[in-house]
Amino acid sequence: MSKIHVTTRINGDEAEFLCDAEETLLDVLRDHLNLTGAKEGCASGDCGACSVTLNGRLVCSCLVLGAEADGAEIATIEGMASGEKLHVLQQKFLDHAALQCGICTPGILIAAKSLLEKNPDPSETEVRYWLAGNLCRCTGYDKIINAVIDAAAEMRKV
Amino acid sequence: MALDEYQKRDFKIIGTRQPRPDGIDKVTGRALYGADITAPGMLYAAMLRAPHAHANIKSIDTSRAEAMSEVKAVVTAADFVQGLGDDTQDVIDACIARDKVLYDGHGVVAIAATSRAAARRALKLIQVEYEVLPHAVEIDDALAAGAPVIQAGRRGNKVPKGYNDNCTNWCEFGHGDLDAGFAKADKIISRSFRTAATHQGYIEPHACLASMGPDGQGDLWCCTQGQYFVRTLCAEIIGMEESRLRVTSSEIGGGFGGKTTVFIEPIALMLSKKAGRPVKMTMSRDEVFKATGPTVSSVTDVRIGMTRDGRITAGEAFLRYQGGAFPCLTIFPGAQSAFAVYDLSAVRTRAVNVMTNRPRQAAYRAPGAPMAIYAVESVVDELCQEFGLDPLEVRLLNAASKGTKSSYGPTFDDIGLLATLKAAKAHPHYTAPLGPNQGRGLSCGFWFNFGGNTSVSLNVNFDGTIGVTEGNPDIGGSRVSISMMAAEELGVPYDKVRTIVADTNSLGHNDVTDGSRVTFAVGLATIKAARAAIGEMCRRAARVWDIDEDAVIWEDGHAKPAGPNAGSHQPMSLAEIARQSPNTGGPISGHHEVNAEGAGVSFGVHLCDLEVDPETGFTTILRYTVFQDAGRAIHPDFVEGQMQGGAAQGIGWALNEEYIYGKDGRLQNAGFLDYRIPVASDLPKIDTVILEIPNPGHPYGVRGVGETSIVPPLAAISNAVSRTIGVRMQELPMSPPKILAAIKSAGN
Repeated sequence: MSKIHVTTRINGDEAEFLCDAEETLLDVLRDHLNLTGAKEGCASGDCGACSVTLNGRLVCSCLVLGAEADGAEIATIEGMASGEKLHVLQQKFLDHAALQCGICTPGILIAAKSLLEKNPDPSETEVRYWLAGNLCRCTGYDKIINAVIDAAAEMRKV
Repeated sequence: MALDEYQKRDFKIIGTRQPRPDGIDKVTGRALYGADITAPGMLYAAMLRAPHAHANIKSIDTSRAEAMSEVKAVVTAADFVQGLGDDTQDVIDACIARDKVLYDGHGVVAIAATSRAAARRALKLIQVEYEVLPHAVEIDDALAAGAPVIQAGRRGNKVPKGYNDNCTNWCEFGHGDLDAGFAKADKIISRSFRTAATHQGYIEPHACLASMGPDGQGDLWCCTQGQYFVRTLCAEIIGMEESRLRVTSSEIGGGFGGKTTVFIEPIALMLSKKAGRPVKMTMSRDEVFKATGPTVSSVTDVRIGMTRDGRITAGEAFLRYQGGAFPCLTIFPGAQSAFAVYDLSAVRTRAVNVMTNRPRQAAYRAPGAPMAIYAVESVVDELCQEFGLDPLEVRLLNAASKGTKSSYGPTFDDIGLLATLKAAKAHPHYTAPLGPNQGRGLSCGFWFNFGGNTSVSLNVNFDGTIGVTEGNPDIGGSRVSISMMAAEELGVPYDKVRTIVADTNSLGHNDVTDGSRVTFAVGLATIKAARAAIGEMCRRAARVWDIDEDAVIWEDGHAKPAGPNAGSHQPMSLAEIARQSPNTGGPISGHHEVNAEGAGVSFGVHLCDLEVDPETGFTTILRYTVFQDAGRAIHPDFVEGQMQGGAAQGIGWALNEEYIYGKDGRLQNAGFLDYRIPVASDLPKIDTVILEIPNPGHPYGVRGVGETSIVPPLAAISNAVSRTIGVRMQELPMSPPKILAAIKSAGN
């Protein structure tokens, strides 16, 4: 079976890979590029653990084909911090203990970042509905919501 | 006083909110979970699963798959030795069908191939001939006369006459004269309740990487709640000595009890053994729902008598649980916990487990307790309504307390139920006004908590920092809590301590992360390991000072001379003793091994306000408050997290989550779209109130906190719905159609 040659940018870096036609972007990130921060929780777009942005748009990478990444800009959890400096959201998640097992955390951080880019001052309800596509089974969401709202406030100060 | 008994003291670090050592890794995507590692030459595994609830396997033909060059190993049940101990045999039989398929999704053939795609293609080339058998997936069907026998020869010897061959386990608990108790009641209510099977719903599917060498040594990386138990099971199943198999637990993406056993690990090891190459095996979400270990479903009859002033005179319950196609012991904690929150003079519970054509049950957070306590707390609520009594006052009147002979036998020591109830009564939530179509419900909850086998090693590094090695996977903040206890005991700052989770060959045995045992038992062992290291550091200081070691005491992280003959030496800090240790006898460490007893039982009370839409039957949770006795909250953030997380799972269980089977006995909702767990927009804020009634059996007073929180939501929500719509709900989940039907049946 012939492979598809894809050239893309991931977290600002050029990336190149060969993939099968049926491989998802999540498969490519995890299996070919060793970017295992995006997780497979369902492979059906229901849990959000594989969230990344594609050309700035929040997507479940399990619902995007690897071939669709050609010429695109992808952002994953691995690119969220700058060097030693955590993104405000990452720091607030730690400050608020907004994670227990942590498996949903990369996807929720990506989704929350995407929210705050569109809406820097979301209400609690807006945060809850925006994150409704990201399942967390440990926390009951309470501390996650607090962390996002606190991060938004901090980011508005800058 | 024994070292493991609680002693009142002022804490410096316990009760503060320290950063978790695994935090940065988990917010940057660096943390490695079950599916996140690879090995050179690795193969990918896939499992062919049966499409029938119950069927004889007539033949399996794997020849076309084996002919594929990409396929490197094929495994069926025939590759495993038979005649293991009952429990272990059941574990492997649940992973891969021996001669009979016992549930929809039961594994039949496993393949290891050079790519995922090749493994999937190979599965399609396997031919299995089935003889489909009549099935039973519901409790009533499996209990009926003439029901299909799920597995012959498994009827329990304690099961009374009149129960069929599917009944594997029976238990009875209680004390007092029931007839006399019921005779004193002004009102007796009998009801029957049903709960659906639910799944733990951890977001990380099971995943492992197995590597067996021709020398008989093996390595296994997997997401598990207990690497030592995985080793025990896999070593027996594969037929190897435990020392030959090293199991390393990955970071774990949720477990809640569901990762306390194995579903794929022995299969991956056998594939690796046959292929002579590492094998990665991961489950899809569909496989997780179909072929791991959901909870029991239940039918519970409850009969309770009460006087008109609210005193419970007698209580009786009969529980029927199904835990899938195998014997299941969950009836025991179910029957033991049903009435555990009450001080009763006459109480009896009986319970039977019945096999069905469903996957083998695994633990789920306080296994067996939520459904039993839901039934009891529903009837107590109805009796309160009957007499017009305040439900919290009735709980206060009947609550178990120190000295109560519990419904399951033991007499309670210091427990926190009364304090928890009083906190609920005093909270503004309890008297907040309610609007139209809104109601308030409450329920008590209980869990035993466990201790168990535990090993901890604590090393004093030459630079004065501390390394703690423990053996229980960290599900939600245990490493930080253990570091805090070590720092507290040693008298050093928190950031001098780092705790890691060891593999099976780097530390002595540790029981599974279950029973809310880790902060209690590993904490206890950590404190004792620290005390052992302190003893050695005092000896080293005595050597330097040339005084008797009994003349040295440990205070605030320093060895100090004490007593009349000690002389006047400057205190030596831990760091100074550590720095000098190469010259005073070598490295310093402490370790402790124990089968910990003295776990303290835990109680909670939940308050729930909700609104029911009378036109659709849809329920919205408006306000939720959790009150729970933690004994001692080592790290309050993670205690609150356990209370909130358990409440959220209970809310899902009460309103929405259920295993739905078709008439063909096949699971119809094996995915997160159709098995819908609560999402952020479904829930309100979940407020928490931590009570601290110290557990007498732990030096810092710790009780477990992980499980109690899932127990009260079922009845709290059902009581709130019942009060709102004026109909007593008797079945979970209370999905909108059921609530609508209840409203219509009452003609409201």
